[in-house]
Formats: sequence, C-alpha cells, structure tokens
Amino acid sequence: MSRLAAKFEALSKAGRKALIPFITTGDPNPEFTLPLMHAMVAAGVDIIELGIPFSDPMADGPVIQRASERALEHKMSLRRVLALAGEFRKTDQHTPIVLMGYVNPIETLGYENFADAAKRADVDGVLTVDLPPEEASQYGALLKARGIDPIFLLAPNSSDDRIQKMDAIGSGYLYYVSLKGVTGAGHLNIADVEAKLQQIRANTRLPIAIGFGVKDAEVSKTIANIGDGVVIGSALISKIEANLDNLAVAQHEIIALLTAMRLAMDT
Amino acid sequence: MTEKYNMPDEHGHFGVYGGIFVAETLIPPIQELNEAYQRYLKDPDFIAELSDDLKNYVGRPSPLYHAERWSRNLGGAQIYLKREDLNHTGAHKVNNTVGQALLAKRMGKTRIIAETGAGQHGVATATVAARLGLECVVYMGAVDVARQALNVYRMKLLGATVVAVESGSKTLKDALNEALRDWVTNVDNTFYIIGTVAGPHPYPAMVRDFQTVIGHEAKQQCLEMTGRLPDALVACVGGGSNAIGLFHPFIDDSSVAMYGVEAAGDGIETGRHSAPLSAGKRGVLHGNRTYLMSDEDGEIIETHSISAGLDYPGVGPEHAWLKDSGRAHYVSITDTEALGGFHALTKMEGIIPALESSHAMAYTMKLAPAMKKDDIIIVNLSGRGDKDMHTIAQREGIEL
Repeated sequence: MSRLAAKFEALSKAGRKALIPFITTGDPNPEFTLPLMHAMVAAGVDIIELGIPFSDPMADGPVIQRASERALEHKMSLRRVLALAGEFRKTDQHTPIVLMGYVNPIETLGYENFADAAKRADVDGVLTVDLPPEEASQYGALLKARGIDPIFLLAPNSSDDRIQKMDAIGSGYLYYVSLKGVTGAGHLNIADVEAKLQQIRANTRLPIAIGFGVKDAEVSKTIANIGDGVVIGSALISKIEANLDNLAVAQHEIIALLTAMRLAMDT
Repeated sequence: MTEKYNMPDEHGHFGVYGGIFVAETLIPPIQELNEAYQRYLKDPDFIAELSDDLKNYVGRPSPLYHAERWSRNLGGAQIYLKREDLNHTGAHKVNNTVGQALLAKRMGKTRIIAETGAGQHGVATATVAARLGLECVVYMGAVDVARQALNVYRMKLLGATVVAVESGSKTLKDALNEALRDWVTNVDNTFYIIGTVAGPHPYPAMVRDFQTVIGHEAKQQCLEMTGRLPDALVACVGGGSNAIGLFHPFIDDSSVAMYGVEAAGDGIETGRHSAPLSAGKRGVLHGNRTYLMSDEDGEIIETHSISAGLDYPGVGPEHAWLKDSGRAHYVSITDTEALGGFHALTKMEGIIPALESSHAMAYTMKLAPAMKKDDIIIVNLSGRGDKDMHTIAQREGIEL
C-alpha cells in the first residue's frame, strides 16, 4: 500500500482528517524549506504538498505567483525540488510528500527520467495542474509502475463522466478545487462544496482533499467535515511574504496557523 | 497522389503537438466551445452571417497587390502583397475576432476577454465587442502597454477595460496567463477570444479556420492575376495566425514553398530573440505542446523582439508540425533587418507595414533576388505600421 493510501486509511480509522499544507519549494530561499517541513510535521500535518516553481503559473493567484518568482530568483528547479524531497526523506520516513506543479519542467526533464528521479527521492504523489487525464496516460502509468500516486484535480464544473475518469487514472487522493478561480481566491461557498462532494463520492471511493480558498482554522474545520483532507497554501505563503525581513517570524506564524487548524479539525 | 492534409485529429493533436493541457476547471468550457465550433462551422446561417461580416464590416476580400517597383528593385521574383493591412482595424486579427464573437453570441456569452501583445488583437476584439454590445476586458503586459500606447487608447475608446499585467516578463505570455486566470474564475458567462493559433484545442484549429480566408482569397486572386499558383509564400510568425491563414490552403500544393519568419531580435546567437522554431525545444505552455523557448529546467525564457506582436516564447502547434514534417521552412530576421524591410516597403511602394509584417518583408528581400524573374512570391502584409511610429522613431533617435 502506498504511503498516501496508508495515511488516509489510518486517519479514517482514527476518525480524523488530513491536514495538507502547500508550500512553494525554495520560497523565499532554498534554506527555508527543509526546516519548515520538519516543523510542520511536528505541528501535526499529515501530508506535505511541495510546489515546483514555474515561470508561468497559470492556475495560481498572485500570492503563489510571487512565491514562484522568489524561488526562481534563487534558481530553484524541479531537480532541486527532487533533491530536497530526498533530503527530507532521510529523516522522515512517514510523512507523504506530493509534488505539485506544471507540466513543462517535467516534460523538459523527460517523463521517464522524472518518474525515476521521483522514485529515488521517495516521493509519494505528483499533481500536475495542466495535465488532464486525456494527456496523462503514459505519465500516469510511469508513476504507478514506480508506486507513485498520480493525483488529479476535480473542479466545481466536473461532470460524473470526468470524475469517473479521474477515479480510473488517479490514485492516492483526488484534489477538489473548491471554487472556480485561482489559488488564494476568496469566494468559497460551503453549501456548494457540500453538494459537489456528494456527487463526487457517488463516483469515486478515493479520498478527497479540498483546497483553494481555505484561509483559517474555522474554514478548515468546516471543510474537514465535508472532505477527507484540507489543503492550505496561499494563507501560509502570505505569512512568508509578510515577514521576508524576519523569516523566523514567518515560520512561527505558519506553525501557529497550522496548529490552530489542527486543533479546530480535531475537535 | 498523397493523402489530403487533415490535421489536427479529434483530440487536437498535430502529430505530438497541440492537445489540451489546462487545469480541470477549463475542461468543461473548452468542451462546450469545441462542440459549438464544430456545430456552427457547418451551419449555413452562421456561415452566411460570417461571410456578410467579412465583406461589409471587415472589408474583404483584401487586395492582392503586385509590388512591381519593389520587385524590379530587388531584381528577382515578382512580389505580391496580401493586403491584410487594409482590413478594418488595420490587421488580419479581425478575421478571427469577428468569427469568435459570432460564436460567443450564439453560445449566449455576455462577456469577452482577450490577451494582446502589440494591441492589434486587443483592438480587433474590443471592436467586435463594441459592435455586439458585450463587456470586454483585454489583458496586456505592462511593457507592451508602454510601447503600444496608441492601441491602448483605441481599446479604451472602444469601451474595453485594459488590464496592464505586471507579473513575469510583463509581455504577451503573461497577458495570456492572466486571461486564463480570468477565464477560470468567470467560466460561466465569459468567452475567451484567443488571438493566435495557440492555446488548448480547439483554438489552434478554430483560429486557423477563421484566418484561412487569407489563403483562400490569395490563391484565387493569384490564379486570376497570373494564371498559376505562387512559387513561395512568406509570412511572419509570432503565435503564427497570419502565417497559417496564408499557408493552410496551399499545404497540399507541393510546388508552393512556405517560409515562416520568426523574430531573431538582437540575433539568435545572443539569446535575445523570439524564435522558438529556429532555436527552441519541445515543451508545453498555454494549453498545447509545441516548440518553446525554455531553459534546461523547463522554465520559460524571456523573449525579445522590437515587435510586440512577435514577442512570445511559443508558437502555434501546427507550425511545430509543419516544421518537423519539412512542409514549411522557418527562418528568422533580426530587429535591424526588420527595420530595413520596413523602410524598403515604405519607400518603394508607399505602404507602411507593421513591425511584425516587416519581418516578412525583410526575408522577402533575401528570398526574391535568389529567384527567377517570372517566379511569384506572395507575402502576407499582415498589418499596417501606424501603431509602430513611436517605436521606430525612438529606435532611430527621432523625437516626435
């Protein structure tokens, strides 16, 4: 069983939901990321989504765009993200790591090379925002052959047919984009999310993580009651952006927010 | 007899190129668009309305003009200019926006968005939106807003909101990113009019289909004027819509050579250029697989061209296919050479071309002298140069 599947199974048995932070690797500099990952695990997160910086992040709002730009200024790259994930794994064999990014860096490295490198780094899942299932059959097979879960997005306008497609090609979990918009947008509608989750559950048994628009402990609690996991990204990265001159404070504020979310989700 | 050219396949693939590479939220609107496009392309009422608009609003057919003095001066092939500069709004872009706007209207969309580089596509979009009474938002890189101030003003006069995009390199690619972000947020009521033969399927095929009026007319006009097909076609290539519009109706005519002219900027060897077909590699950006300018990590490289309309790191997937298959040739022209083409046409024929089209003119100056006097070249004069007066004056140290 993959690390992700095992994680969701254990959480389910314990009656808990996954807390999944997203951070852009190398934001605001490459030295900041690894200690932050370990600190987040200590604060009780279940899975870490590591963003692969890209020059043209079409699905991201301004906060994650700027995070990508800061990371790229330090020459962060897919290769270095993989190296950092491998570094993390040396001291943490339990926390699943999911790489999240856009397809061009993977295409440039080569799909098979990438799958091999991800395996070597002991990465657990890969989510490629602009690679829908129609274009992903070879990529999905390469990852699965190495025990890595290809994770796909679902959107508020995804049909039954689409959800079934993701169910067939995806594994680990499905990532439900809770609103029509970019990351960090502010118009999450809980009733809509609830209704959509019913439709999704009718078409897949994979765990559902919900992201886009989760900003605080209160929302994470509500979302946790609906899905199997809560993804938080822009709200964390905002803490980095607000404290670029004092990164110890940035880390402290990120951990404080995650701790509050953990508490809210568990009670 | 070879098989008739029939690209793309039903999934939008031109060989390995093209396809649909977008976030999940955009899949349903793209499917909806594809269904509408397939349906209306065969709908007699739609075709009649489009033909009427092209004739009476755009001013088609555009002339095919024999540039006799310039041909004589160059001392080689006879040069014929396809006068897309004479269209309403001054460039070929309107052929496509008229078509997509009619689609938007039939699909019941009330809001139009577009990206623009030089501003020609933005103006052509704002124009059709004004005519149909649709809300219009145009995304334009902040760098381009500064160097194409006149077109920004035109769009505003036409009632469009122009959003200056400050992210990334602040040029056309970033405008496209921002337009995609708008679309993903407003999918229900918004129609995205992409201005070139790039983007996810069906855009490369659909924009091409709206632009092939250029090649169909040119073919008929050439036959009427000279009794035969041309020997060569020349067109500039940024995203590649004017080039594919001219080339496509000639693809099965194997005697007709095709030359797509990319922007070499300061020179291919300097790295400061916008020539992915000449010096790029395969990749995925903005919804399709194509040739791209990206570094060894797959990050997109900033491009450079004196011409804002060619300043783009990708190119339409059909051009990528035509390059690999050898059917079309792709060459490049530097900023300095393009200015030479600009001045030559202006002085020789009294026609001021856009900086984009000037790249095609400059390549024609290399090609024509090497051909016979009874050979025929059709060059796509894709736009007029009024918008570029400030850029050229500034470059040449003249204060207006």
